[in-house]
Amino acid sequence: MKRWWLTLLCAVIALPSWADNGAAEKRMLDIAGELRCLVCQNESIAASRADLAVDLRQQIREQIQVGKSDAEIRAYMVDRYGDFVLYRTPLKATTLLLWFGPMLLLAFGLLVLATTLRRRKSSVADALLSDDERKRAQALLAQTTDNGT
Amino acid sequence: MSRFVWPLVGFIVLVGFLAFGLTLKPSEVPSPFINKPAPSFTLPQLASPEDTFSPEAMKGKVWLLNVWASWCYACLEEHPVITALAKTHGVPIVGLNYKDIRGEAISWLERHGNGYVLSVSDTQGRVGIDYGVYGVPETFVIDKDGFIRYKHIGAVTDSAVRDTILPLIRELEQ
Repeated sequence: MKRWWLTLLCAVIALPSWADNGAAEKRMLDIAGELRCLVCQNESIAASRADLAVDLRQQIREQIQVGKSDAEIRAYMVDRYGDFVLYRTPLKATTLLLWFGPMLLLAFGLLVLATTLRRRKSSVADALLSDDERKRAQALLAQTTDNGT
Repeated sequence: MSRFVWPLVGFIVLVGFLAFGLTLKPSEVPSPFINKPAPSFTLPQLASPEDTFSPEAMKGKVWLLNVWASWCYACLEEHPVITALAKTHGVPIVGLNYKDIRGEAISWLERHGNGYVLSVSDTQGRVGIDYGVYGVPETFVIDKDGFIRYKHIGAVTDSAVRDTILPLIRELEQ
């Protein structure tokens, strides 16, 4: 009986540290999920089984243990592997084109579309029919409506 | 006629971009360490673990830090090139033995030749992480003041030595 109590006591004492570990592990996975594994570039550090990803997950765990903030841990990775390691590209001078390039292309496309439409409209207006042609056209249209039903 | 010119120009520009894209190597990520001081470390030497080595010991020399391991096939491929660079061209090269087993690393050097000034053991790969190593082999060119000037990712080839690494070393030695 005494032994059982002792086991229970140990379990109760250990419980908070387990829970803590779970929270730290979740935080580690949250951070690692936002980082690109450089060995296999389409996987995150959280998902990859590459040796380097395993090491980097361990690094993140250790840094969480010593009380580093998420931003500090991310900065640690960027210092070593560059912005490329981040899935969310930071907005800065060198990445402006990456961020706004698609919008520029869209604006350019809309501009081309608008000018083309305007030109087409004016070219339709230019194609005026002579009286003769209009009569022929009306005759043809009348024919089709007669035959149409 | 002219209505076909602009789509054609657009198409040619697009093909140009795509063709340029094919020449890029997405696996070679530009290192953030270029023109920055080489991270400091103190590691045991491979041949005599009781002695340590720090990059500060190479101050005043243009030298290479070559990350290698006995388990790495591409390292074996580049090894003759690295050894020739050390022996024929007299470039001091320090080996960073990355995540390796000491005995295997030593016998690998005995089998394939050892052109290194010395190698250091980074058993845990910690220094590798500090240098942003993600694919062994990697080679760093470090100048007299301890700044990293160039990083070669993957096996060093004869043409890389001839066209890039050696000219850079000679320039830095001026």
